[in-house]
Order: sequence, then C-alpha cells, then structure tokens
Amino acid sequence: MTHLGYLIAGWSIGLGTLAVYGWSVARRAKAAARHVPADRRRWMSAND
Amino acid sequence: MSSVGAASPQTAQAADYSVSSRGTRLLGVFILVSVPVLLLFAFVFTEADDTMEDAVRLLYIHVPVAVLTYVAFSLTAVGSVAYLWKRSRWWDTVAHAAAEVGVVFCGLTLVTGSIWGRPTWNTWWEWGDVRLVTTLVLFLVFVGYLAFRSVPAEPETRAKRAAVIGIIGAINIPIVNRSVEWWENNTLHQQSSLTDGQLEDLTLFTWFLGTVVLGAIFVWLLITRFRLAWLEEEIDRHGLVTALEERRAESHVGVEAAVGGSVVGGFQDNPGGPQ
Repeated sequence: MTHLGYLIAGWSIGLGTLAVYGWSVARRAKAAARHVPADRRRWMSAND
Repeated sequence: MSSVGAASPQTAQAADYSVSSRGTRLLGVFILVSVPVLLLFAFVFTEADDTMEDAVRLLYIHVPVAVLTYVAFSLTAVGSVAYLWKRSRWWDTVAHAAAEVGVVFCGLTLVTGSIWGRPTWNTWWEWGDVRLVTTLVLFLVFVGYLAFRSVPAEPETRAKRAAVIGIIGAINIPIVNRSVEWWENNTLHQQSSLTDGQLEDLTLFTWFLGTVVLGAIFVWLLITRFRLAWLEEEIDRHGLVTALEERRAESHVGVEAAVGGSVVGGFQDNPGGPQ
C-alpha cells in the first residue's frame, strides 16, 4: 500500500479528534448536569 | 462554575447525571459497529486510484467531513435566522451547538485535506488555491463566533449579536462550495467527481457509507453539544439570578441597618427559565 504514513495520520487524526471531542462534550455535560436540578434539565431525552 | 441549586435528595439518590437518552445510546452503538465497517471498505474492499494511488483512501473521510461542515454552518445560519424571528432560546442553542461541531469538522476538513494534498499535489498548503483559503476563512469566522459567545454578556443581547455573526459567516458556504467552478484557474482542486460518472460503484458506495457513518457521529455530537449548551445557559441564567438575589439581600440589610426598619418584598425567582 502506498502513502501508508499519510493514510494512518489522516484517519487517526480524523477519528481520534472526533472521539476525544465527543468524550469531552459528554464529560462536560455530565458535570454541568450536577449543577442543574432534574426538573430544569429540559431537552435531555426524547420525551421533553 | 456557579451552581443553580442543589439537587433534591430524591434526585441525588438517583445520581444519574448522564445526558444520554435512548436515541443517543442507539446512535452510539450504530457508530461503534459502523466505523470498523467503513475502515474495511476504505482500506480493504476498494481499489487504489490510477492517479492518486492509495492516497484516494483519505478522501473517504475528507469529503464527508467537508460536506458535514457545510451542513453544520448552514444549521447555524438557520438557527440564527429562526432565533431573530422567534426569539426562541431553543434555536439559539441549536445555532451555538452546530457552530462548535462545525468548527471541529471544518478543522478536520483542512487537516485531512492537507495530509491528502502532500502526496497528491506535493504540497501541504497552497495560498493561491481559492477553495483552501475560503475554507480557512470559514473556519476562522466561526472560531470568532465561538469566541464571541464565550464573552460574558446578557443572554438575549449575546444571542442576538451571535445570530448576526452566524448569518454573515454562512454567506461564505456557497462561495467555498462553488469556488472550484467560479475560479477554475486559481485552484488545484478538481471539479466534482460525483457528477462526471467515472467513479466505480464501490468507490461511490464507500463515499456514501463514509457520509452516513460520519453523519451519525455528527448527529450524536450535535445532540450532546446541544444538551451541554442548554445546561450551561441554565447555569448562566440562574447563577446570575442567585448573584442578584445575594446583592439585593445585602443592600436590603444595609438599608435596614441604616433606617432601622424592616425589609418588605422579595426577589422574583426565575425570570429566564426554559420556555
């Protein structure tokens, strides 16, 4: 396979960035939810 | 981060602060299963290109993230227009969430494109390429949008001004998209390969699969970021109310001490709660 280094770099940066960003957003949201009473957490499920 | 208030004992017992829902969990499972399938198609089942050789495999991620960048910033523009029209906090939060996810996707478009360009065009970056430069401008405008949103301000004023920036920033989207046709002598980019009918079926399918898989990731990120933005604004609004209550209580105590009288009246809670 040609250009293997570029392929590994491109795909790992792409998927890795999305994974880290997703984890970061979920962690920040969980931390924020601790400061908001349950009755004020609208739009957190499909039932809202 | 200021606190809106302590959760009740009952909710504290449950102690479930996750913002995931059944839909986002199902989407997460789909993503975990479909990413390896996409990698199989991108690296194993499809053939190398005659001209680009194996570098073509980078396009199975580069093109979908570019398309989703357009979707994200268009959604910011739609949310901004809808906010100015309806003055709805929901639309402002959609615009904010889409802008942040869009900045991530736009950054990845620039990085994966640069990594693809090095073996294909023999350069990481070309300042004379109109599409590269307009995409960079798009990225920087929305980084500015996010920076503006992080400046402390009264929520309605901030939302209104951010909406104007979001709409102005989105004007660049059709320019980026059409730049290859409008300035065909000032770009290294080729015109769309999707419409010339020369792509193999498996290549087209892998592009389509990449768009579906990355689209699922995009939707998951958008929903989760929306929920985070909603919670942050809840904290902002009620943190401000709490601070005002404290300041007012302090001033009332001061007045009471000065005149020796009693304080009459209270602070009306929750002027800016969810609609």
